[in-house]
Amino acid sequence: METKNIMIVGVGGQGSLLASKLLGHLLCQEGYDVKVSEVHGMSQRGGSVVTYVRYGDKVYSPIIDKGEADYIISFEKLEAARWVSCLREGGRIITNIRETDPMPVITGATEYPHEVLNSLEGKGVSIDQLDALALAEEAGSQKAVNIVLMGRLSKYFDIPTEKWTAAIEECVKPKFVELNKKAFELGRNSK
Amino acid sequence: MKKLMLGNEAVARGLYEAGCRLVSGYPGTPSTEITEAAALYPEMYCEWAPNEKVALECAFGASLKGARAACTMKHVGLNVAADPLYTLSYTGVNGGLVVCVADDPGMHSSQNEQDSRHHAIASKVPMLEPADSAESREFTMAAFELSEKFDTPVLLRMCTRISHSQSLVEVGERADVPLKEYVKNPQKYIMAPANAIRRHPVVEERMEALTEYAEDCPLNRVEYAADGNRELGIICSGTCYQYVKEIFGDNANVLKLGLVNPLPVKLIIDFAFSVNRVVVIEELDPVIENHCRSMGLDVEGKDKFPIVGEFSQNLIRRVLGMEVPESTSADEQIPVRPPVMCAGCPHRGLFYTLAKNKVTVIGDIGCYTLGSAQPLNAVDSVLCMGASVAGIHGFNKIGEGQNKTVAVIGDSTFMHSGMTGLVNISYNDSKSTVIILDNSITGMTGHQQNPTTGYNIHGDPATKVDLEAFCRAIGINRVRVVDPYDLDACDKAIKEELAADEASVIISRRPCVLLKSVKTKAPLTVDTDACRGCKKCMKLGCPAIHMENGKAVIDATLCVGCGVCEQLCAFGAIREN
Repeated sequence: METKNIMIVGVGGQGSLLASKLLGHLLCQEGYDVKVSEVHGMSQRGGSVVTYVRYGDKVYSPIIDKGEADYIISFEKLEAARWVSCLREGGRIITNIRETDPMPVITGATEYPHEVLNSLEGKGVSIDQLDALALAEEAGSQKAVNIVLMGRLSKYFDIPTEKWTAAIEECVKPKFVELNKKAFELGRNSK
Repeated sequence: MKKLMLGNEAVARGLYEAGCRLVSGYPGTPSTEITEAAALYPEMYCEWAPNEKVALECAFGASLKGARAACTMKHVGLNVAADPLYTLSYTGVNGGLVVCVADDPGMHSSQNEQDSRHHAIASKVPMLEPADSAESREFTMAAFELSEKFDTPVLLRMCTRISHSQSLVEVGERADVPLKEYVKNPQKYIMAPANAIRRHPVVEERMEALTEYAEDCPLNRVEYAADGNRELGIICSGTCYQYVKEIFGDNANVLKLGLVNPLPVKLIIDFAFSVNRVVVIEELDPVIENHCRSMGLDVEGKDKFPIVGEFSQNLIRRVLGMEVPESTSADEQIPVRPPVMCAGCPHRGLFYTLAKNKVTVIGDIGCYTLGSAQPLNAVDSVLCMGASVAGIHGFNKIGEGQNKTVAVIGDSTFMHSGMTGLVNISYNDSKSTVIILDNSITGMTGHQQNPTTGYNIHGDPATKVDLEAFCRAIGINRVRVVDPYDLDACDKAIKEELAADEASVIISRRPCVLLKSVKTKAPLTVDTDACRGCKKCMKLGCPAIHMENGKAVIDATLCVGCGVCEQLCAFGAIREN
């Protein structure tokens, strides 16, 4: 199988590490060769962060380059737009619609491009937008945005739901399993 | 069973399986998780040292005693540890000694992009470079074998993309490696001139033997294209090997170098003559390329590829004249999202006060480097670990201005190499003011303990360096502590200490707000009727505050109720809910 590419992007501290852990675990269980790359350190402090998840028969490069991503999972609207150049033709963005202002917007040096996703859709980019924060809150915690997004991603995969929930059970602390299963369901089934 | 492991975790696994007994390191992105992961194996003694020189010397001590030992650091840390490294090359080892160093091409979290292979060449120490997590484990174990076989320390070169990528690793059991006997051997271990002059030829002979070894060692390998096309041959190592394989799959002629110092001669020449054209693909400096050229080989390399920054599959495709995938981008300007001090960061109040007083700030390495960003814009220089305290002394020795300048340094960085600079201030009397930003943790690298926190690497209680007593003991009479959440107290302390006619230390003390032990308060709110939209609170650069319709708004999901903005608001519009 040709290598498939999933990017997880967001703002440092939003919980992308759990999402990539879950995906890595699930894809290993499915018998694929897997590489997961993240950047630690300075960029974690509220900066733009990206994680690369690659799987297939044999994965070489640890990173996903421009025009290569099958899916971009974004925790924040602007970040989805920032990384769109990595999307391959026919790829799909799955993004939370919430906005987090970066410092140049906060200081008034520049403006937040609120309509950026609509104009990308106008250019033919497939974007699945959802209010992942509201769904996470409905599941019981703002922190479950990552699993809401994983639930939505699962819709596009042939892997049965039971395997995703088994991976959730493996990757989160027992007391948060039910909450995260609910977040996963809400992400998967919401309109 | 295969496990998904970070390159750094795989190095730790390799240390464990190789029977390593001691690991000492100083945190530094992207190397930090090696020591953190090693500390999870109770069979190995692991510690955070105050700096990389101490870490390497500690590992040397364990090696001298007969144990396999290792130390860990980032690329710039190897500069700090260079002193023991260059002479350890002369003494050699007793138990195997491995120095793990992680480079950061692209400077994701570093102040420079130096290529640590130069240290290997200059110190005449062999260096291995793995290309994924499985090799990180294997090469770590091979490094101990080489170390003992050739009686030398061995460098293991990691980089961001290997250290911080997870890939599958087949793990094994820990080897039972007995301690070697410690025998007093002054000719080998006392590097006074009379002995050292006899050891230098040993180093040169060892490098010759290692070059011989490099010719057919399993760490270096040639892969020929499955389709039989011998037009292009590529010489590479580490991550670049993965990019090359990503592009060509099995249809590449590749000489993959795992032993990157010393480099083989015959192996490279034979490979070069088996193909029509040789391209060296290496990040950072042209080390392999220059070696090839010194042998008279006409190779391509930095005439096409950049010296600056990271490579990727598309970069290599483009340079080789191949097609890159189509991509799209947004028409709108996408604002940058630089890292920022967290909401509630204890450094913010202090930097605000320094900026307000228009103080020149000689900065240092840590989260507080972010005090240089807009809108605080409060830092004048950042060079390397410890340079703030040492640098302000020289700054103040030249002309006027010592009552307008401070050095700022974190608690861990102060322990690393700020202390000696403070001794210089005291001893050579520069009347400088040093601010120690004591947030009770090593912050930027992700919360490691240090000698000022009172805990060791396992989180167990440890001796805690008393910063106030330390500063007084080396001759600083004016030492005071302030709470950086209290803006008036900060302002008073800075004004008074700058005015004083002697050296002083202000300890700005409050734990990092991200520490689990820190209890945060309820988020503050803005009374929109009282808010006049003066934007004074915006001067703090707090990510939790922004303007909406001319009024300040506090993001309740980010605010931790630190109260610094509340003190700034002249209209009492910011308050507890």
